[in-house]
Amino acid sequence: MKSAVIVFPASNCDRDAAVALKQMTGNAPHMVWHQEKDLPDVDLVVLPGGFSYGDYLRSGAMASQSAVMRAVKTHADKGGAVLGICNGFQVLTESHLLPGALMRNAELKFVCRPVTMTVEETQNVFTRKYSSGQNVTFPVAHGDGNYVADDETLDRLEGEGRVVFRYTPGHNPNGSARNIAGILSEKRNVLGLMPHPERVVDPLLGGTDGRALFESLIETLS
Amino acid sequence: MTEITPELVAEHGLSDDEYGRIKRLLNREPSLVELGIFSVMWSEHCSYKSTRIHLRKLPTKAPWVLQGPGENAGVIDIGDGDACIFKMESHNHPSFIEPYQGAATGVGGIMRDVFTMGARPIAMMNALRFGEPSHPKTRHLVSGVVSGIGGYGNCMGVPTVGGEVNFHKSYNGNILVNAMCVGLARKDKIFLSAAEGAGNPVVYIGSKTGRDGIHGATMASAEFSEDSEEKRPTVQVGDPFTEKLLLEACLELMATDAIIAIQDMGAAGLTSSSSEMAGKGGSGIELDLDHVPQREANLTAYEMMLSESQERMLAVLKPGREAEAEAIFRKWELDFAVIGVTTDTHRLVVKHKGAIVADMPVTALSDEAPLYERPFAKRPTAAGKPSFDATRPVLTSLKTILAAPDMCSRRWVWEQYDYSVMADTVQWPGGDAAVVRVHNSNKGLAISTDVSPRYCRADPYEGAKQAVAEAWRNITAVGAKPLAVTDNLNFGNPEKPEIMGEIVAGIEGIAEACRALDFPVIGGNCSLYNETNGEAILPTPTIGGVGLLHDVHRMATLALKREGDAILLVGDTKGHLGQSIYLREIEGREEGACPPIDLAAEKRAGNFVRQLIEDGRVDTVHDVSDGGVLVAVAEMALAGDIGVEIGVAGTAETIPFFFGEDQGRYVVAAAPDVVDKIDGELREIGVVHAIIGRTSKNKVLHIEREGAIALSTLRTAHESWFPHYMAGEAIPASN
Repeated sequence: MKSAVIVFPASNCDRDAAVALKQMTGNAPHMVWHQEKDLPDVDLVVLPGGFSYGDYLRSGAMASQSAVMRAVKTHADKGGAVLGICNGFQVLTESHLLPGALMRNAELKFVCRPVTMTVEETQNVFTRKYSSGQNVTFPVAHGDGNYVADDETLDRLEGEGRVVFRYTPGHNPNGSARNIAGILSEKRNVLGLMPHPERVVDPLLGGTDGRALFESLIETLS
Repeated sequence: MTEITPELVAEHGLSDDEYGRIKRLLNREPSLVELGIFSVMWSEHCSYKSTRIHLRKLPTKAPWVLQGPGENAGVIDIGDGDACIFKMESHNHPSFIEPYQGAATGVGGIMRDVFTMGARPIAMMNALRFGEPSHPKTRHLVSGVVSGIGGYGNCMGVPTVGGEVNFHKSYNGNILVNAMCVGLARKDKIFLSAAEGAGNPVVYIGSKTGRDGIHGATMASAEFSEDSEEKRPTVQVGDPFTEKLLLEACLELMATDAIIAIQDMGAAGLTSSSSEMAGKGGSGIELDLDHVPQREANLTAYEMMLSESQERMLAVLKPGREAEAEAIFRKWELDFAVIGVTTDTHRLVVKHKGAIVADMPVTALSDEAPLYERPFAKRPTAAGKPSFDATRPVLTSLKTILAAPDMCSRRWVWEQYDYSVMADTVQWPGGDAAVVRVHNSNKGLAISTDVSPRYCRADPYEGAKQAVAEAWRNITAVGAKPLAVTDNLNFGNPEKPEIMGEIVAGIEGIAEACRALDFPVIGGNCSLYNETNGEAILPTPTIGGVGLLHDVHRMATLALKREGDAILLVGDTKGHLGQSIYLREIEGREEGACPPIDLAAEKRAGNFVRQLIEDGRVDTVHDVSDGGVLVAVAEMALAGDIGVEIGVAGTAETIPFFFGEDQGRYVVAAAPDVVDKIDGELREIGVVHAIIGRTSKNKVLHIEREGAIALSTLRTAHESWFPHYMAGEAIPASN
């Protein structure tokens, strides 16, 4: 599997994503600067966590207007896989590659802690190596992770099996509607989630629950 | 030209004697710009004029020390060509006036000190002291400082991995925000600030200059009064986004060989960076302020020289490398301007709009700065063995202590910090020391910040020794070898002999402990004048220690891990209740002598425990500190969610045994056969110890003859105080 990690100014989980990809796939990903107009020939594009452009406007809003995002949209339109983690998820909603928006956490504070989620959908390139209904623990680290969308959109996401990760009751760290932690695009090739799978691929760092996400991608895209 | 009146001199925080000295050094009256420059460079904050002669007593050398005090940060060798660069610095005064920005820019400033030397910051720590919880400002200050630290550090993508938070009424009008940054570089790629050679371009990089923070260093060198909040305009505003770009751009430039010297513009901004670089390089610098990137129109030379706008650096490049450097900074969308040149005149010359506005010998600002041997009086130390009510039930007291503001879980604080970004944090906040892995290796750096101000108030010398010993012990408790410290000396007004006495005793105590423990001081910061309306803070010499773990797979944590482990207390328990948490929280008294530190015993016990961890014989260790041994055991039980049976051991009375704060102790848990063997070895080397209990399958803490308390009850008590307090809710009764 060939992959690329997009680097916006003040992305800060770009290295973490690259380390996880290297560890899981054996190949270092291409690191692609936000001003690039074209993507290298890759199977997977990762939009990493961080504070792109300082997130001084709405989180992800500036990044969604960057040159590279036009190329990412083209990649997604052609069915290429796109994984947006944390700030990457925010960029995906701001770019309308995923519906809804990510608002300030309900408690109005940044929150960093491991959270437990249920993997609700496994019929996609990102989670096929998990079992449906499995509980996994990934860390969150964000201030704006409160997923909101209108009821119609939420009903549709649930009806179409596009809610991939849902916080288990009592573990919703940010007030997200219907405990949603991660969602798929209509064509199921774009996944955005607030928790960090790339931080749980090494047992020393608090768990390996994120490995199956990368293994799913490798199995499908290689 | 502005006339220099006595009032103007006083407003600049300069004494008459100091002003006379300026005139002698210049052979004339200074211009206003020059007066401003002298005022910041001769401020306590920049010149260490009250402490310099005492700071020389600190041990600063060891074979592994690559750079001691005097640079932006200290550097130690951690093997394999790797170097660890770290420093701690205070941002106390600004944080009291504007907690979010004060704390945020404190974080930004200390990060620049570390990355200006070529290191990528890999961990942040902070030591915070607030006023008593009932003080009307405390909640607001806690909230602002914590979110400011998080806001800056999280955006930078550097994990904030631990620290301290304490409350005491002596900080009601003067909180302490001490931030520490630890970075990693290659040993042969360390950048210093000596601007050697003449004719080299001086370049300005980073953010534009504005009017923020003018005279911040002078503010940090004066006492507070009730109208201090009027000084809000002197607090700088942080922009972590720009700092992140500056970090990446600097590291990119440092990968070339274009830099001769580089220094961040911290306190006293352009003034201190230019004069210090010239001073260290034995050169001179000529600046043309017309080229300084400016955020506002009509900035005066005075304002530009004294601005403390954040996220700026000054560098001296090799001639002809300007275009290459500029391209890097343009890529990162940062300002870049050649604003001057190095000279061989040994003078700092500042031009603005075609006129020379300052022209002074560089040495006048540094070497010739005033140096005071201030009179000091050593206060009598607190002494005596306090009384206590021996009938109080132990477990009820334990629950009260675990829920006390100074002892309860700090989860509310550290969950606002991204402690796992960079994917190398192998020991999270809440342990004895934080541990971050050295990227792409199995090595780890263990980091701890420590000081017990109540001990320092009772006895500044023993208290300072204790701060060093506790940092050493915390690092040891995870299995790392303590290598070096940075000290952040927070005290009151040094012009008062009794405060100066605390400072001198504190420095001497640090010196003794650091010498005995092979734990040299490689950098630090003094924050004096921490007083409001004449009331000084508790003496607070914060110690930030760093140690090296050879293999992060052989690391101890405090969480109990197995049922049936024996619990071993290493170190001598005499039952010292003076200045203890027990006495304060249960008896309501702060009195008695602080616990004495036996550095030889400390070293013997610590080296033994570390070896156990390194040999893979033990994986569960917790140092005994605030609250004593029972609090330590309870924290281990809660962290592992494993119950404990304790048999009262030894001959000491029950309460002093469980809650005394004798130093140099560790609690170790391991399989009974392992502990039996350790028991024999400890006997042989003469380290006092006792087996005090074992882990059990019941999730309770049970003490022979005292009864049991459920871990869930203790956990609720331990976890509740902070979130309830911050939400402004009534604090549940602890008894």
